[in-house]
Amino acid sequence: MSQARGIPQNRAMTTAFASVDDVCRALADAGYLASDAIATTTFLADRLGKPLLVEGPAGVGKTELAKAVARATGARLIRLQCYEGVDEARALYEWNHAKQLLRITAERDGDGHWDALRHDIFTDEFLLARPLLEAVRSEDPVVLLVDELDKADVEIEGLLLEILSDFQVTVPELGTITAAHRPFVVLTSNATRELSEALRRRCLFLHIDYPSPALEQRIVAQHVPGLEATLVESVVRLVGRLRELRLRKAPSVSETVDWARTLVALGSTDLTADVLRDNLGVLLKHQDDIERAAKALDL
Amino acid sequence: MTSLEPRLVGLAGALRRHGVANGTSDVVDAAAVMTALGLEDRERLREGVAAALLRRTGQRQVYDDLFDLWFPAALGSRTGVDDDVPPPADAAEARSRAAQLREELARALADHDEAALESLAARVVAELGRLPNEATTGGWSSAQALDILAPQTAIAAALARLRDAADGIPGGSGNGSGGSEGSGAGSGGAPSGQRFADRFTRDELRAAVAAFRRRVEVETRRRNAEARGAERISRYAVRPPAEQTPFLLAGAVEVEELRRTIAPLAKKLASRMAARRRRAARGEIDIRKTLRRSMSTGGVPMRPAHKQRSPHRPDLVLLCDMSSSVAGFSRFTILLMQAMAGQFRRVRIFGFVNVVDELTDVVLSAPPGADLTEAFRDTARMTRWHNNSDYGSALLDFTDHHLDSVGPRTSVLILGDARTNNTHPHPDALRDIAARAKSVDWLNPESPRQWGVGDSVAPLYADIVDMHECANAAQLRQFVMRLPV
Repeated sequence: MSQARGIPQNRAMTTAFASVDDVCRALADAGYLASDAIATTTFLADRLGKPLLVEGPAGVGKTELAKAVARATGARLIRLQCYEGVDEARALYEWNHAKQLLRITAERDGDGHWDALRHDIFTDEFLLARPLLEAVRSEDPVVLLVDELDKADVEIEGLLLEILSDFQVTVPELGTITAAHRPFVVLTSNATRELSEALRRRCLFLHIDYPSPALEQRIVAQHVPGLEATLVESVVRLVGRLRELRLRKAPSVSETVDWARTLVALGSTDLTADVLRDNLGVLLKHQDDIERAAKALDL
Repeated sequence: MTSLEPRLVGLAGALRRHGVANGTSDVVDAAAVMTALGLEDRERLREGVAAALLRRTGQRQVYDDLFDLWFPAALGSRTGVDDDVPPPADAAEARSRAAQLREELARALADHDEAALESLAARVVAELGRLPNEATTGGWSSAQALDILAPQTAIAAALARLRDAADGIPGGSGNGSGGSEGSGAGSGGAPSGQRFADRFTRDELRAAVAAFRRRVEVETRRRNAEARGAERISRYAVRPPAEQTPFLLAGAVEVEELRRTIAPLAKKLASRMAARRRRAARGEIDIRKTLRRSMSTGGVPMRPAHKQRSPHRPDLVLLCDMSSSVAGFSRFTILLMQAMAGQFRRVRIFGFVNVVDELTDVVLSAPPGADLTEAFRDTARMTRWHNNSDYGSALLDFTDHHLDSVGPRTSVLILGDARTNNTHPHPDALRDIAARAKSVDWLNPESPRQWGVGDSVAPLYADIVDMHECANAAQLRQFVMRLPV
């Protein structure tokens, strides 16, 4: 099917994972405990060669997934952090004007080989590769992470379309550069802006939600090895209860881990109302959330 | 694979009918997914096909329901479920069956036994859900089964069971964690830690019962789909996604889902309104920046730099019909009010039935996510002489008392059905508002076909301000997207 999309046959169709279980194992070795949904979709993104669009609440490990895939496959991670106003020159490539000017000035004394010079200053030497071009030109396998795409302007999405479907970049002066390896592309979004249908259509969609209690217990146990199993369970149950309250910002996985670390730092052997009351700020970041939770949990 | 292709296409078609857009290329991708994953693991197949067919977050619920119909877990009765149980002969027999099932449910809930819950759901449908007049309807009913079973009554029994287990083996959880027995604090501390976490047990059990109800509903749909075909059941028995639910018909459950849909939309609406201004402010050249930038091109200013204004957060005035005839819509109105209040620097909120009352303080002082429906049920301060909505006198009242809240930088958003109970519509009052404000938009929960029918004066108002149909979250999304940037 991917051949039908116009990807040349001779492109290295390396697949990093043999099966879904293989993904689980490899990601776990890289320090990322994946749910079944995450492992399955990661496997498919790798097998079908499609970019992965990841959405979900803040702090559930969207960015971390890309990093873990890079660690697990031994690929280089290239990251494009999007922000409002990021443009072609920051994302794709830019001509090194200063260096081109130097070159022109150095040639000025010669008897005007303008034609030669004109071709000379638009070569690789004067090209500043930005993350997208770097990912396409890389000789080694890469994981391309386009982080918080919803923060960027709509124009950037248009720029991404060529890269996402054909894994190639067109520089007018140089021609079209095609990727030697198909990069593993991860796009993340917090849904502050609606991404265009054209972009969504080209991607596999993955919604990462808060993990199941069992998985979250494993994650906490992995990150905070010093904590007793019963205490880990209590921590996860507490966080699960907090997420059901209507809060301005529900605690994320990273905050669960922080909270578990706090308990270790305090040397607490059990979860009591006193400890919770004094350290609720680790879990909740808004004053009204803290008051609300304190009332609901009867502290 | 051949026998599965029609099923996949059927699933994609059913999704489209429920408002989940997908193209042929997505179906091709989904087929590639099935080839890559194989059919060994149904849950993984579910996730994989979802990755290919879905494009945004809110579509998951309807997808899960439809997937269960088109790729059922089993055909006929499940293993371990006795299907030959006749429908209960009388009410007494039904009650005794329900009591037995309830006891097993309590045990499964206490043990967190997922497999037992699954097979129990199948048994509940088989033993309690069969409709008596099979000849005519030939099916199963989850409502009937859940009515007899009353699963919420199993919570107390499950709690008691958990408490007995904790008392019966003191320190049992300590043994389970292993090695903590040595330190005195470890065994002494663990039970009290458990006791604190036990505050959540009741809520957790309640959530588990809700999940069990969903299992029973899924199982019922599966059995019905077998009898009548997945095509038919997916058309009638699957709830449309929250996006497509009309505001006027939204119940308490849907409102909860709407809340999650509307919050990001409000954020978008706010940023769109801010963007409208920022673009207009472009054009002024920033000399310092342009000169500094020209250094890299040998002093030739090739790329002029523009001054950037900080994004302006515009003022907003919300004017909302709170009368009982649009009760479902006003629930949406309240959600939108709360969401917008968090996004705008200066927002003023007015409610009316036939006179205007300022609600800003009530909305702003309420904690985020609080349910304000009750607070606004008493509309005494928004009514005068009678309880019917009267847009004309409400607009007049607004221009008389609150017109100073509208300035040249204010966006006004009016929410209501423009049904004015045959009173004078006073379009001049609306004209006064429109003349002063930067923009006025009207969101109407009725479809344009009904504008002007009966006591609706929507066409009259639509001539003065932009009126948009906004009956569900999908249309609200469209309105937000169409706002000129």
